[in-house]
Amino acid sequence: MISPFLFWSLALLTLIFGASVVINRNPVASALSLVVSFLGLAALFMSLDAFFVGIIQVLVYAGAVMVLFLFIIMLLNVRAEEGRRINWLASAGGITVALALLVQIFLVIDRFQPAAKTFPSLPRSPIDDVRNIGALLFSNYNLPFQIVGVLVLVATVGVVLLSKRELR
Amino acid sequence: MITLGDYLIVSGILFSIGLAGVMLRRNLIIILMSLELMLNAANLSLVAFSRFSVDSSGLPNYNAQVFVFFVVTVAAAEVAVGLAILVALFRARQTTDVQDISSLKF
Repeated sequence: MISPFLFWSLALLTLIFGASVVINRNPVASALSLVVSFLGLAALFMSLDAFFVGIIQVLVYAGAVMVLFLFIIMLLNVRAEEGRRINWLASAGGITVALALLVQIFLVIDRFQPAAKTFPSLPRSPIDDVRNIGALLFSNYNLPFQIVGVLVLVATVGVVLLSKRELR
Repeated sequence: MITLGDYLIVSGILFSIGLAGVMLRRNLIIILMSLELMLNAANLSLVAFSRFSVDSSGLPNYNAQVFVFFVVTVAAAEVAVGLAILVALFRARQTTDVQDISSLKF
């Protein structure tokens, strides 16, 4: 398993840059913070021996999705929101809801017995998880896999239709 | 040693940050980013539970990781459609602020 120092530094990196996504007023800075947060998360996935998930995290999120976000930010030329008055009552309400959820999560994890246990060790340490996930994907989860393919096709057609200059 | 609870706590904090972003921010692009943060927090707890429940053959429970794969695929499609709607909206209204888009508001 991962050493506690490495785990907490990666977790802190993910959380600090995740918070910076919300706090930053400049959308470009938010998007770049999100990239760092996703990379930290990918490292956390790999610390859990989920190498395939970690790699698709880097490829799909830190690569494709973030390029899409940055592209749209540059295309729309969104500037930092300046001079807008902050509605303090609404902000306090939002923070209260998020904090209430956080407290509930902490209470549930505190009561959840297995949460205090460490992870069981794997007999063979470098596991071939890509092969196992692939085997599951093409046997047990074959129908959902094909449905996801149709979903991606529908999304592609929808995006092309939406980006037409005039909708008829 | 690192326990299952540590990963769940990190996941919970990340989800709360994402929720706070959706509630607090008024820029639609940032709201979409916070949404991604919440999806990733859920993925982290899924992978942690997958690694935690090692079966008799000594392998993690891969059902959760297949589920993470589906979540990532759906999230990527969702971002593409969401940003296309954003671009269409920006063409019509020249704004990405949710407070300026209130035609459907009662």
